[in-house]
Amino acid sequence: MRLLLTGARIIDPAQNIDSRMDIFLEDGKIAKIGENLSKATKSKDSEKITKIVDLTGMILVPGLIDMHTHLREPGFEYKETIASGAAAAAAGGFTSIACMPNTEPINDSRSITEFIRRKATETSLVNVYPIGAVSRNSAGSQLTEFWDLQEAGIVALSDDGKPVMNAALMRRAMEYAFSLQLPVISHCEDINLSANGSMNEGYYSTILGLNGIPGIAEEAMIARDILIAEFTGTSVHIAHVSTAGSVRLIRDAKKRGIKVTAETAPHYFTLTDEALQSYDTNLKVNPPLRSEQDVAAIKEGLADGTIDVIACDHAPHGRTDKEVEFEYAANGISGLETSLALSLNLINSKILTWPELIAKMSTNPARILHLPKGTLETGADADITVIDPLLKWTVDVQAFRSRGKNSPFNGRQIQGKAILTIVGGEIKYDGR
Amino acid sequence: MKFERKDILGIKDLSVDEINLILETAESFLEISTRKIKKVPTLRGKTVINLFYEASTRTRTSFEIAGKRLSADTINISSSTSSVIKGETLIDTARTLEAMNPDVIVIRHSAAGAPHLLASLVKQSIINAGDGAHEHPTQALLDMMTIKERKGKISGLKVAIIGDIEHSRVARSNIYGLSKMGAHVVVAGPATMMPRNIEQMGVKAFPRVEDAIAGADVVMMLRIQLERQKQNIFPSLREYSQHYCLNRNNIKLAKNDVMVMHPGPINRGVEISPDIADDPSVSVILDQVNKGVAVRMALLYLLTGGSE
Repeated sequence: MRLLLTGARIIDPAQNIDSRMDIFLEDGKIAKIGENLSKATKSKDSEKITKIVDLTGMILVPGLIDMHTHLREPGFEYKETIASGAAAAAAGGFTSIACMPNTEPINDSRSITEFIRRKATETSLVNVYPIGAVSRNSAGSQLTEFWDLQEAGIVALSDDGKPVMNAALMRRAMEYAFSLQLPVISHCEDINLSANGSMNEGYYSTILGLNGIPGIAEEAMIARDILIAEFTGTSVHIAHVSTAGSVRLIRDAKKRGIKVTAETAPHYFTLTDEALQSYDTNLKVNPPLRSEQDVAAIKEGLADGTIDVIACDHAPHGRTDKEVEFEYAANGISGLETSLALSLNLINSKILTWPELIAKMSTNPARILHLPKGTLETGADADITVIDPLLKWTVDVQAFRSRGKNSPFNGRQIQGKAILTIVGGEIKYDGR
Repeated sequence: MKFERKDILGIKDLSVDEINLILETAESFLEISTRKIKKVPTLRGKTVINLFYEASTRTRTSFEIAGKRLSADTINISSSTSSVIKGETLIDTARTLEAMNPDVIVIRHSAAGAPHLLASLVKQSIINAGDGAHEHPTQALLDMMTIKERKGKISGLKVAIIGDIEHSRVARSNIYGLSKMGAHVVVAGPATMMPRNIEQMGVKAFPRVEDAIAGADVVMMLRIQLERQKQNIFPSLREYSQHYCLNRNNIKLAKNDVMVMHPGPINRGVEISPDIADDPSVSVILDQVNKGVAVRMALLYLLTGGSE
């Protein structure tokens, strides 16, 4: 299939491109990028039909990558399957996603990794990259077989959902993984400090009478992981950063040359714990929604580059997990289909430029996970997201492709949407 | 004034006018409990369900008596929180009860926000009889009624609330209510029992009980939950009682005509010494219980359209 996309503003941070150009896709690869390609592509090889898509007024970027999703399969298919999660990703503008290992069973072995990859291939929508568990059964005591998992196809290691509480184990994991060039993604939470908590500890937990999770539960573990990375000369990626203190720790570590990268999720720069006064369980996430000051610091961290990546921590749940008393409710937001629009808000509010945002949603996650993605270079996989930046729409969870309808953004008016998601040169989502 | 609310979920939402209306209505009901025949037909044909997911003797009995003295049919349902997690969800229980057409559902639950969930689901009036560490509005209303009767006013009084503020719904509801009514509220307890940013609620917090009691018109002691010792919020009952118990010595720091309150049940010798608890010249603990019935009668009456 040959596709010629014309008239869009093309932004590729990897090549420092930001201009109105055409792009020509052939055999699943990016064949050419330049001005007025319609003539050039017509003249030769006229036997093959080229589909031309006029994208005037649209933004065309390297396919978006969400490096932190939960696809729930195997084990919790009522929440999400690999197929429904991949469909949600495509509809949200993501051409690649990485999925966390906290399924049932946990992805701590070659066979589970192979199962996930097979399902993803059968689904044939977006690229699905499994993340393997750091410890067997994510129990925090014994390392998994990193080498074997990597050969099976994992792109990173994490016990996400459960922190690696044992510092010695974390040190060994980071050392062993570093030699394999496998990133370790750390869910930073001291579970003794966060015990029984269901929201941010602060004024709102006080008036709501809910047990609080203090910011230091996250920060103490980030500090620990930074120290391990420094001492061993290895690297670590910090998942879902939510507090001002965390941003400060990571910023200082980067200044000192420590190999730490970090991500945050749209809800951490969009919502505060004040919203929890409704006891809406769709607002329950881990780490919890924080204070206004924390939200401001997350935005600063995004603006100054401390936070490298926006990943939505897509955590779909069934109704039974959320339609209960707040403290019994499961943590998480079904985020893939709102992540882009919420992140585009950072451009409208002048916190990020277009290239900076696209770097955080494509170039940087590709770099951190060592994926051959995140660029529109000639010869690269033709993974492309086309965004209508002005399209206003209302979030309707019933229209989600995801099985998880758990979104606190339901009913919210937002602006900007992926209208084409192209994976390997094929249109996998067409929202025009 | 007409009472417009569907539910009583917390004192935080109530206006001063609403609190005054409830207290005045309760005062008018006090007399019924002193009659030879303690029953009026006001709520005949109305149904009140007491849905208690947490053990309670006084609050449940108080609601039951309140309903019965107004001739409502009252039904008690007790369930343990553990069975809730494993068994029928609160939502399904709510819908089942709703289908039986009661008029008021009174709920006590260990999870903060459970009454709000219930109120959002059913058309009946919900009264929060205590949810987790969040609110206990009927307790605060009966406390305000007790203070008002004894002191003639609430405005301008210094009220000290002492104990485990962090885990206390009684403290939160009273902080809201008493502050709205013009009292000056201070709280005291070890830092481990003080919730974060408590001063944003408009109270002053002290680590030592003496600093809070000084010059107080009202001292309200909170029950210490013995099982909290496991969370290391206090090292031992022995040490707690030595430093946070209201006794003959520290009470001298308060005003001469101080009144002492406790939501019960009391731990004698832990947070309050027996001779204070039993001294009718200062202790109003049993009076609080008496006012509780009247306040709950008033709420049942107002929520079922009594002010129309």
